[in-house]
Amino acid sequence: MDLGETAVKAKAFSYFRAATIDQALDAHARAGDDARFIAGGQSLVPALSLRLQAPRLLIDITHIGELRGVRREGDALRIGALTRHCEMLSEPLIAEFAPLLHAAAPFVAHPAIRNRGTFGGSVALADPASEFPAMTLALDAEIEIAGLSGRRRVKADDFFIDLFETALEPGELITAVYVPLFRADQRFAFDELARRRGDYALVGCGMLATCTGERIDDIRISFFSVGNTPTRVKGVEATLIGARLDAERIAAAQGALEGDLAPPEGDEVPPSMRLHLARVLLGRLLGRLGEGA
Amino acid sequence: MSAPLTSLDRPNSYIGRALPRPNAKRLLAGRGRYVSDLKLPRMLYAAFLRSPHAHAKIVSIKIDEACAREGVHLVATGADLAKICTPWTGTLDHFKGMTSAPQLPLPLDRVVWAGQAVVAVVAESRAIAEDALELIEVDYEDLPVVVDIDGARKADGPLVNPGSANNTCFRSQLDSGVVDDAFAHAAHVVEEEFSFGRHTAVTLEPRAIIADYDPSAGMLTVHHGTQTPYQFQDLYSRHYNIPEARVRVIATDIGGSFGMKLHVYHEDMAVVGLSILLGRPVKYVADRMESFVSDIHARDHRVRARVALDAKGEILAMDVLDLTAIGAFSTYPRTSVVEGNQVIRLIGAPYRFKNYRATLEVIFQNKVQTSQYRAVGHPIACAVTERLVDMAASKLGLDPFAIRAQNVIPDDAYPQTSPTGYRFEALSHQACLKRLHEMMGYDALRAEQADLRKRGIYRGIGIAAFVEITNPSPAFYGVGGARISSQDGAILSLTPSGEVRCLISVTEQGQGTEAIISQIVADQLGLAQECVKVITGDTEVTPHGGATWACRGAGIGGETALQATRALKRNILEIAALILQEQPSALDILDGEIVDASTRNPRLPIAEIARIAYFRSDTLPPGTQAQLTVSHHFAPQGYPFAFTNGIQGCSLEVDVETGFIKLLKHFIVEDCGRVINPMLVDEQLRGGIVQGLGAALFEECRYSDTGQLMNGSLADYLVPMPMEMPDIVIAHVETPTADTELGAKGVGEAGTAAASACVLNAVNDAIAPFDATISSIPITPAKVLKALKRF
Repeated sequence: MDLGETAVKAKAFSYFRAATIDQALDAHARAGDDARFIAGGQSLVPALSLRLQAPRLLIDITHIGELRGVRREGDALRIGALTRHCEMLSEPLIAEFAPLLHAAAPFVAHPAIRNRGTFGGSVALADPASEFPAMTLALDAEIEIAGLSGRRRVKADDFFIDLFETALEPGELITAVYVPLFRADQRFAFDELARRRGDYALVGCGMLATCTGERIDDIRISFFSVGNTPTRVKGVEATLIGARLDAERIAAAQGALEGDLAPPEGDEVPPSMRLHLARVLLGRLLGRLGEGA
Repeated sequence: MSAPLTSLDRPNSYIGRALPRPNAKRLLAGRGRYVSDLKLPRMLYAAFLRSPHAHAKIVSIKIDEACAREGVHLVATGADLAKICTPWTGTLDHFKGMTSAPQLPLPLDRVVWAGQAVVAVVAESRAIAEDALELIEVDYEDLPVVVDIDGARKADGPLVNPGSANNTCFRSQLDSGVVDDAFAHAAHVVEEEFSFGRHTAVTLEPRAIIADYDPSAGMLTVHHGTQTPYQFQDLYSRHYNIPEARVRVIATDIGGSFGMKLHVYHEDMAVVGLSILLGRPVKYVADRMESFVSDIHARDHRVRARVALDAKGEILAMDVLDLTAIGAFSTYPRTSVVEGNQVIRLIGAPYRFKNYRATLEVIFQNKVQTSQYRAVGHPIACAVTERLVDMAASKLGLDPFAIRAQNVIPDDAYPQTSPTGYRFEALSHQACLKRLHEMMGYDALRAEQADLRKRGIYRGIGIAAFVEITNPSPAFYGVGGARISSQDGAILSLTPSGEVRCLISVTEQGQGTEAIISQIVADQLGLAQECVKVITGDTEVTPHGGATWACRGAGIGGETALQATRALKRNILEIAALILQEQPSALDILDGEIVDASTRNPRLPIAEIARIAYFRSDTLPPGTQAQLTVSHHFAPQGYPFAFTNGIQGCSLEVDVETGFIKLLKHFIVEDCGRVINPMLVDEQLRGGIVQGLGAALFEECRYSDTGQLMNGSLADYLVPMPMEMPDIVIAHVETPTADTELGAKGVGEAGTAAASACVLNAVNDAIAPFDATISSIPITPAKVLKALKRF
């Protein structure tokens, strides 16, 4: 690389292309954990250029075959960590068995970013304004993690801990996300309020309901851009379980939102406005869900 | 449409034709040569350490470690550059009483905004330079920060310039007619306070410069992404004491400018000094975050205004106070008070009332400088005027079109002088209003709006009339002492093969300057357009001139080209007449051929004239010296400015639950005089409108109460994007200026001038059923929801 290029402003780092998961984990450990895994680089590369991060080693995981591919495994869809955002739109298995992800994908940034950004990368970063991490909550997904001590699976509910903080330990890598297969008795809805198409939303929401006729037997509703982590609104869910989605019930659910969300002070969007927008969005999505979504 | 300048049915009639820009393909193919792309032998790279404080004393700077870093060639502080660069002051004489502190490339002892460059590092790569920045230690001592307009005006509040009496840069007052009397006797008065957020240009290519000082020749060459190479040649020569003839500024392809790249920036001046200190080429390209904190910003006005009307809706008087905060310095050399000056002079411009009073107060604060950016002052003047007119219409129960039709200066009443002193040669408000009404399908839109409202869908319709300043004479800058030319120059040569080379001082920033110049030359000479090569932007090659800003390229540069071409044609015909033993008046040029003027029969190819003149001058009559190169300068005379006018309309929908605004359609009827290339004029209007819509809905530089820019990235600072932009419908009225043969006025800022006013009126129209109003731009969802009391 020609270091004379003005565009290159990151601090110098070493680069290692891993062929296997073990190689990647091993390289991380040998760098004394002063390393970052890189796949799509949609968040990491800007952070490097801004010198917000300056690891000694970048470990390229994009050539690890095991991290690729979408396939059925029993009652679940296994979505490899390297699955790109654009594949969420094009992959028939996603459209059939994880339609909520398929519906959320067009809202993830712009085509150029979707062509590079990966599902696993998005979940690992856990940006509270991102669509996919929040959807793993609505889907009751499980995140498969590889570390030097072996593999483990963590429920999405237990994965997101705080702002950019997850259940991932230093040196661990997401290998896949397991999503329960979408069923005929389920309905879903997704939308977000973003000032421009592809922007971080002011507030966004996805939901997955299991119904008997018009009655909701179970529902999981997850918001993003409302706090430090993607947020499930369990109080709202409780008002809906066992009920039909009429206007009164939707209003009750909107009323319960205040108990579930505590949006932080924002530079441009005050907490009360974000809560208001979340209520409006919740009402609209439940309305759609009631119409069969 | 006005009568064409030349008959459109003959060959080479290019004036008035929609033709693609010849350079568009080259740029699309990635063959552009931007300063960002250039790499010179032995070139080094500069990076700047920036102040984290909005206002602080520099106690000490430690650079030892940075100097010792491998690959670092120079670490320079303010003191180092002050030894070779004289300070500059951003004031002009015709703004009486204005003040601004002297500026240097890098500060000596105090920083005055967060993001100000403090120390420069020059190294073998940008990355090494950035590494070295991390090794520099600057010890600051915080000083009280002046952030907003109120804080700046507080008696005994903190001062941007310690030692000065207050934070005032400039005050100006206009008073004409009998304003108090008119308000005292008015049947109706409407009043509002408006605020306009800061925004910035966000060019696709950031600022980029390579300074290359050759000590052996005492010669400075600067490759500079700028609109105004001649202005910078003069400034680099003066401030670094290098003879003007030994300073060459080359403005290559440039990735957007919009007025932002014609100001002096501290980093750019520093880069020139760094190259002089090192005797090597030094390159600096601002990154996006640096652009946000160091490019000029614009707007940042708070305007209180009222209008008096009689019982029938006739406007009697306006009274205006404009407060504007410009940062810590007035920008050099064009100052930061031109925007405010244009705001108070353009308010009310479309209308015929005569009683007008305005006060302008320009205020310092600890933020980056504001200065001229596309449509300087126009969007503010337009929004204030047009919103007040709509408020008056609603108070009187008049339709927005009706109140404007009643009050605009009639098309047959020109020339006119505005109460603010602007002289209008000929405008066409009535014709434009009428055309817009038809084009919008206004009555049907209103009917649809009423229907949808019953279903809880809130659509708004807004219109906004405007006047734009173009083709400025020396009254703009020259009279104030600025060495900024209002004339342009062209050098035209007939080449030995019978083609034409045109060196001209107006510059190209992607808007098609070179295209229209080649159209004018080819049209006036009688040559195919592809036989005309236009060369711009190199002070060593092109004659000195104003270049391209304030919508002067077509009007002034175009007229320069026209007159130069006519002079060259006379010379060619003189030689042709000698060869053909005819009178020159009996000959003409058509499609590259000398023809018989009356029969149009071809006599001789123009290439043959060139061949004989260049290679067989021995065959010409003795004493003949063929002059196939002409140089010509043109400075506007007559009216000090060529004002243009037009009107915009828009239709939009407000989601009253979310505060989101969806733009549905935008319309403009515009009168820029002679249209040289309709396709390029329409592109200018569309681009200008989109920039205005960005300001209306999205763009704002937001600051914390400690003076930190909160949204200095493209994730947080929202520029208009295609998905949110409406279709834009365009129509023209043509009222050529009689001041020139060409009759062209400017068009680049017309779109931006009224787009935000139009949206402001439409949003207010949409939320009128809720008794809610908005008077602040940008119109964000938060402002809409607040107005609707939704949270």
